[in-house]
Amino acid sequence: MATTVKIQVEENNPVLALQGFLKGLLNDESLSGILVPVHLFSKGIPMPTLVTNQDQLSGADPLAPAFPMNSAKLLSRLTRGQSTERIAAVLRPCEIRAFVELVKLNQGSFDKVIIVGMDCMGAYDNVSYKKFLADSDPFEATLNFHGQIGDGNNSSKNEIKIASACQCCEHPDARKADIVIGIAGADVHVCIPAMAASARGEALLSALGLPDMESINGRENALKSLMENRIVARDAMLERTKAATGTLKDLSEYLSSCVNCYNCRVACPVCYCKECVFNTDVFEHKPWQYMEWAKHKGSLKLPTDTVFYHLTRMAHMSTACVGCGQCSNACPNDIPVMELFRTVAARTQESFNYEPGRSLDDPPPLSVFKEDEFQETVSHIA
Amino acid sequence: MSNEFEPTLLAFVCNWCTYTAADLAGTSRMVQQPNLRLVRMMCTGMVDPKYVIKALLSGADGVLVSGCHPGDCHYINGNFKARRRIKLLNEILPQFGIERERVKLTWIGASEGNEFAATVNNFINEIRELGPMEARSMAVI
Ligand code: SF4
Ligand code: SF4
Ligand code: SF4
Repeated sequence: MATTVKIQVEENNPVLALQGFLKGLLNDESLSGILVPVHLFSKGIPMPTLVTNQDQLSGADPLAPAFPMNSAKLLSRLTRGQSTERIAAVLRPCEIRAFVELVKLNQGSFDKVIIVGMDCMGAYDNVSYKKFLADSDPFEATLNFHGQIGDGNNSSKNEIKIASACQCCEHPDARKADIVIGIAGADVHVCIPAMAASARGEALLSALGLPDMESINGRENALKSLMENRIVARDAMLERTKAATGTLKDLSEYLSSCVNCYNCRVACPVCYCKECVFNTDVFEHKPWQYMEWAKHKGSLKLPTDTVFYHLTRMAHMSTACVGCGQCSNACPNDIPVMELFRTVAARTQESFNYEPGRSLDDPPPLSVFKEDEFQETVSHIA
Repeated sequence: MSNEFEPTLLAFVCNWCTYTAADLAGTSRMVQQPNLRLVRMMCTGMVDPKYVIKALLSGADGVLVSGCHPGDCHYINGNFKARRRIKLLNEILPQFGIERERVKLTWIGASEGNEFAATVNNFINEIRELGPMEARSMAVI
């Protein structure tokens, strides 16, 4: 039976309690650091920070409803190639799933990292987070967000909505973690359960000497109803997006304010190519080429190849899209790219029976094949 | 306009099988409609989906990818890799109104000049029926 321990919350402050928990973890001589969101400044967004000194954990805020980037990318940097020291990383479910995908693509490794997965109540995009924060103390704002029970936005008093990706995220439960912080359904002002989910997690947790927790009430139900709501929201979103992009003209319209900045690709945790073709001189066309194209159709939108860029990205990474919404978060022009990518991904992932982040054992669809498959794809027209 | 529509098709063919078949069709003077442009690849396994997408967005009304029969690939399994990529495109493109029929994958061996000519003629006729690709009439892509 896997260990579940109790993180006792004092003074109604679950953030302080989690900081204490992380300090305890960092005390373990097998760990040299912890990657966790930290308020480094009095304003702004808590950033993923690699903390090696316990004292610096007083700025850590793993419960902050902020999500400036998908840390899977950062964890890939910290674990790719030869990492010598072992660290822990506090991640949201979508970050863990993206990291699983990166590991499969040899862009990172689980060997030297303990994943501390947090149930996720969702987060604001960067612009909304700052609005939500306004002039308040960031820690107080976090506590406000989670309310009494760990049910995030459902109980929060403010009007600002969590990111649309989070509204339709059907995986709020941390999987593929070594230790799971089960805030869903927990009365976070009383105590928070931490569960061992692997042998390594088990060893670390039991070394902390925290009291056992006999039963965790309400987590299953809280997660279940969270998922149900989100699946309803997701399906509505998929329908909406499908209806808005059913033709090439509609798709162009959808992307009409795209400036080809490629921020959505930079922010995407599963777009991992060292050199994206769109950053190469393939698209450094000659002046006479632009003139020819313009003459051909009477006019030429610049920059060119906007739809081509997005369709190519769909072909390259839609099977791996984890729906984290960082593409939309990064778009300077508020194009709902997450919606577009998830809509395409729903179909490509289903067609290869692939769920990104589910398991290290499922190979990425385009990295393998079977001799006897997809016969209907081959035409015999003669 | 539609009865004057002449489709433009692009074919990515592998050097070892289908290109040789195309050559054979030519040297055997088989009758083929002139609407197809051939791009000779070393293997269909190297046809990145973006090549097909780019072709369709820049004026091709249909794209053929054709390589060796299963078991005959010069690089052992490039044709199977191509099949997964075409499968992927079959899922993505129709979501944006680009008909499935516009992207075809076939296996045509080096000696099958006949098969090549017939495949191409049929494909051209099919696309002629289907009509022009939407991208043709769009100033903005
Ligand atoms: S996408 Fe899901 S896991 Fe990621 S931050 Fe939003 S709700 Fe959490
Ligand atoms: S496409 Fe967008 S939602 Fe999907 S993984 Fe990339 S950033 Fe996340
Ligand atoms: S981030 Fe937005 S504007 Fe930039 S390339 Fe992506 S969709 Fe276009």
